[in-house]
Amino acid sequence: MKIAVCIKQVPDSWAEKKMLGGVLDRASVDAVLNDLDEYAVEEALRIVEASSPTKEAGEGSGHTITLISMGPERATEAIRKALSMGADEAIHISDEALAGSDALATSLVLSKVIADGGFDLVLCGTESTDARMSVIPAMLAQRLGWAQLTFAGSVKVDPGDSKVSIARSTEFGIENMEASFPALISVIEKINEPRYPSFKGIMAAKKKTITTKLLSDIGLSGDLVGNKAAWSTVKDALPRPARTTGVKVEDGGNGGGELVDFLLEKRVI
Amino acid sequence: MSEVLILVDAVDGKVAKSTGELATYAKAIGKVNAVLFDEALVPQLSAYAIDNVIICKGIDVTKFSPAPIAQSLAQIAKSKSAAAVLITSSAKGKEIAGRLAVITESGIITDASAIDSELITTQLVFGGSTTVHAAVTHGISIVTLRSNSIEPLAGSATPTTEEFVPKISDLAKLAVVTSTEPAAKGGRPELTEASIVISGGRGTNGDFKPVEAFADILGAAVGASRAATDAGWYPHTHQVGQTGKTVSPQLYVACGISGAIQHRAGMQTSKMIVAINKDAEAPIFELADYGVIGDLFNVLPQATAAIAAKRA
Ligand SMILES: Cc1cc2nc3c(=O)[nH]c(=O)nc-3n(C[C@H](O)[C@H](O)[C@H](O)COP(=O)(O)OP(=O)(O)OC[C@H]3O[C@@H](n4cnc5c(N)ncnc54)[C@H](O)[C@@H]3O)c2cc1C
Ligand SMILES: Nc1ncnc2c1ncn2[C@@H]1O[C@H](COP(=O)(O)O)[C@@H](O)[C@H]1O
Repeated sequence: MKIAVCIKQVPDSWAEKKMLGGVLDRASVDAVLNDLDEYAVEEALRIVEASSPTKEAGEGSGHTITLISMGPERATEAIRKALSMGADEAIHISDEALAGSDALATSLVLSKVIADGGFDLVLCGTESTDARMSVIPAMLAQRLGWAQLTFAGSVKVDPGDSKVSIARSTEFGIENMEASFPALISVIEKINEPRYPSFKGIMAAKKKTITTKLLSDIGLSGDLVGNKAAWSTVKDALPRPARTTGVKVEDGGNGGGELVDFLLEKRVI
Repeated sequence: MSEVLILVDAVDGKVAKSTGELATYAKAIGKVNAVLFDEALVPQLSAYAIDNVIICKGIDVTKFSPAPIAQSLAQIAKSKSAAAVLITSSAKGKEIAGRLAVITESGIITDASAIDSELITTQLVFGGSTTVHAAVTHGISIVTLRSNSIEPLAGSATPTTEEFVPKISDLAKLAVVTSTEPAAKGGRPELTEASIVISGGRGTNGDFKPVEAFADILGAAVGASRAATDAGWYPHTHQVGQTGKTVSPQLYVACGISGAIQHRAGMQTSKMIVAINKDAEAPIFELADYGVIGDLFNVLPQATAAIAAKRA
């Protein structure tokens, strides 16, 4: 099998974020591998391990895991982390023209790379913790004309039959779904526990190939991506008044009664 | 007048209140066309400000992923020259919107808390610390809206109805639903619709009874932190947070929840926040309008009893 995992470098969730000229100011905050994408990397490793004669990912498994990431130069830090978990290689699309791309442009770029790669399965996280749109996997499936198996709480792959089934877990309960390769999968954070990179993994990752590509390398014009080509625009971004600090009371024996008095006084109950 | 499409949202055969919210926003923009796939729901739509109902026929959407729904909406939007398509901001809703944006070559805005007559959206970002106004600049305005953001207008007349038979491609049927396990339903309100949400975390130690009792006396929904859903104490469908649901009720009560950033992401735009926690240093107190430093097993039953006494 040829598997790809789409990963994104994002600002650390804990960092204070601000807007700069209508877009998120990414330069001012620490960047990390989107933690929801770690589950996708882990699941790809498990899929390979389960169907490899050596029960291991990597060379000799007969399967490959390629990371795909679109982002600025320093996204390589996140890519190295995912490589050190055990993925084989990476494609990094990095081009100044991509700055400020919206989800439509991002999905266009990623779908181009995926289509050229001849993959059987592509895994994504359910959401990037910065944009929080949760639309890229569905957009990719639409653009590629592939089966969409998203919000997977479990994934079962049958490489012999080229089939994959998932338990799709949404607010409405669980839908068991199946499709033939190629399929676009997104996984939820309940699916597994991502491994920590081992020392051996970290050392091995240093030698793995990251292929950097410009837009011209994937045959896309700069007019279709970036801030200027975005199909939505921010009119303004205004800081909201900080939450006024509330009251904090120690339960002196009648904490529940006092709480109810407060709620009645504020007319919320 | 502009034509606006809204996608009817239903849970267990009941049209969700969020449909009424979409209709209310749509009404300010133009003629409200509600699109649905389950004809049995039509009578319920008179409750809301809907002008016309479009019943999609010939496709069992419960058998597939969001693809055929997006494809149908795209065809209807084209035939009506719709200015906007409004969809509820659920996991499924956002996927449908994403695919629709690709098919119709249109801009998309997700998780809006409002859209005005000029199609300008309002979003609260970065944990509610920033208000963003934005607009789609290309194609149809495809916008997903958070539920519980507006009081739905009541319907004044029975909407007209029309039928539509979408052409569904084979590509939209590649992923097939083989079986479903519906979410366990209690008698409580839907989490994303409730005006009061009482949530329990690891501090409940698996015993949600005091949380449920307090919720029931207030007619509230019950939520849970990931620690509680991971432990199997409460169903995943009740998880509030980044990878759970986003709620924005009038009142949110966090019981035995520390206030991790991923939990906050799903509740911090609640109008009023109350925290009950043993640990005076718990980060949840930074958000709380009212915080009780105490044991939830004392505070909650006492509060439940106090309300019962006041009502007696
Ligand atoms: C990728 C990812 C996604 C995540 N998504 C989510 C999400 O969607 N939603 C979510 O909630 N979390 C999410 N998390 C987990 C999050 O980081 C926290 O681990 C989780 O929210 C902790 O839950 P908790 O507050 O119930 O537990 P803890 O952090 O363990 O807090 C329990 C609290 O209960 C208090 N307590 C204990 N006993 C009592 C008592 N008797 N009375 C009163 N107080 C008591 C303690 O003082 C403590 O503050 C995610 C994490 C990751 C990595
Ligand atoms: N720039 C990117 N590069 C690679 N993968 C991405 C990128 N943006 C989003 N993704 C993938 O799409 C998923 C959902 O992202 P989003 O729709 O932005 O919330 C993420 O978890 C990633 O797997």
